[in-house]
Amino acid sequence: MRATSSARSRWGLRTLGLGYLTVLLLAPLVMIFYKTFEHGLAPPIDAITSPDGLHALKLSLLMVAIAVPLNTVFGVGCALLLVRHKWKGNAVIDAIINLPFAISPVVIGLSLFLLYGTQGWLGPSLSEAGIKVLFSVPGMVLASVFVSLPFVVRETVPVLQEIGTEQEQAASTLGANAWQTFWRVTLPAIRWGVAYGVVLTTARVLGEFGAVSIVSGQISGETETLPLFVEKQFANFNTAGAFGASVVLALLALTTLLAMNVLKRKEDA
Amino acid sequence: MEAHSATASAPRAGLRLPGVGAGLGRGTVVLYLSLIVLLPLAALTSQSFEEGFSTFWTQVTSPQAVRSLELTVMCSLIVVAINAVFGTIIAWLLVRDEFPGKSVVNAVIDLPFALPTIVASLTLLALYGNDSPVGIDISSTRIAVVVALLFVTLPFVVRAVQPLLIEMDREMEEAAASLGAGGFTVFRRIIFPNLLPGLAAGVALAFARALGEFGSVLLFAGGLPQTMVSSVFIRQQIESGNDIGAAAVSVVLLVAALLMLAVITWVQRWGSRHERSSGGGLTVMPMSGENFTKVEDDDEGH
Repeated sequence: MRATSSARSRWGLRTLGLGYLTVLLLAPLVMIFYKTFEHGLAPPIDAITSPDGLHALKLSLLMVAIAVPLNTVFGVGCALLLVRHKWKGNAVIDAIINLPFAISPVVIGLSLFLLYGTQGWLGPSLSEAGIKVLFSVPGMVLASVFVSLPFVVRETVPVLQEIGTEQEQAASTLGANAWQTFWRVTLPAIRWGVAYGVVLTTARVLGEFGAVSIVSGQISGETETLPLFVEKQFANFNTAGAFGASVVLALLALTTLLAMNVLKRKEDA
Repeated sequence: MEAHSATASAPRAGLRLPGVGAGLGRGTVVLYLSLIVLLPLAALTSQSFEEGFSTFWTQVTSPQAVRSLELTVMCSLIVVAINAVFGTIIAWLLVRDEFPGKSVVNAVIDLPFALPTIVASLTLLALYGNDSPVGIDISSTRIAVVVALLFVTLPFVVRAVQPLLIEMDREMEEAAASLGAGGFTVFRRIIFPNLLPGLAAGVALAFARALGEFGSVLLFAGGLPQTMVSSVFIRQQIESGNDIGAAAVSVVLLVAALLMLAVITWVQRWGSRHERSSGGGLTVMPMSGENFTKVEDDDEGH
């Protein structure tokens, strides 16, 4: 009696949980690929290999090439300071790092827009110096760095706490200086956690839409990343183009998921 | 313990930068955070009050702004409630159940973290829009807002609850069951209270995310007056040149985000009070990954 009712509730939960995932996650994922290749391979390939499409892809990769190394170096250094150096300001730093998780990308974009705009605090003097931030690459980089800032810190802090300090103590007892200890002992021990943070950072930078859309001005072939290209193609009723670019982004997302899983196993091992 | 000089405690504390290095590092971190995060947010806040508090207030309380804020909060509350239930069910399936394809399902949960929001919006529109292959058209309705937000916030609750379920002591449940408690009673009296801190943190983060979500809502729900969430309203105001109006509503969202972060920090302090956490007061975000390794952490405590 008990056994059958618990088996029944188990099947009920399975149906509910997996059904929900199918409707909300799996069906849309399948749909991207179906819609893209609905009319053969040519339309999506044409869209991505169009000059604007290729430029968008290059610009997206440029964002990754700048924002990810910056936030990785910052993230590891900041995590080391937070975990290994007690300081009364740490709680404040810790809180500020979480801000990009909670703030709307549109609000982030507008903040940069107002700071670097013609009326902003920094806009006038920078434009006098000949530096164009808004509607060009620097503004888009700033937006990408802002939205992806927390990931490496958040993934590195718990790993650092977990590895403890014994091996580092041993290294310094044996005469290693701080730099040697970091490269030979600490970094190898935290590398999977850092790598996980790097993967999340990359995914976030590649996919960022709201913040970048406001600071970029969305000029085709100039300040358009792949996600912005998707919206523009959709707005211009070029559905094949929108899905063609979407498939590239979806494949990158799937690669990200795969990388996350591999790293998760390595981290646990 | 408190009053240690950098050199005296160097051997005990593992890798430490020399005194000057730590100061320099701290300075760099503070400068980086100030330039990247704080200065833009300060500019936003200052601009929203540029023409005085009354202009700010007029902008925030304009019928369109209020309508968008109300819609955003209502939809976010509904979304968080639904995902709290389904997120817990899915986490339970992933930890306590065995079924073929479980590891694939576990990996797919993170899809909304990895998939660009604009792609999510386009896909949801293709699947549940006027061209729907399954005959469901909810595009440009409030239901579309809810569905888009359900999609992007799904992982938060699952990933916040999952590690707590893994850690949980099954003996308590078995004891309760042997004393005659039914499945639901065991859940309500034993499992649920243990999950509550994680659930609350996941819900707060999901709520913050839902309040500010933009890309996934944009194409699917559109910018009709009855489906315009605050983030879409802000972009529309920027496009029509009303910077102060856009900044004023942004400040409201910013304050809401700060409140949610405060809730998360508070919930985590409260949750870790019993278990002598080694967290050192630093926050842990329910974002999969490292949460799983916490299982080993607690074994030392026993």
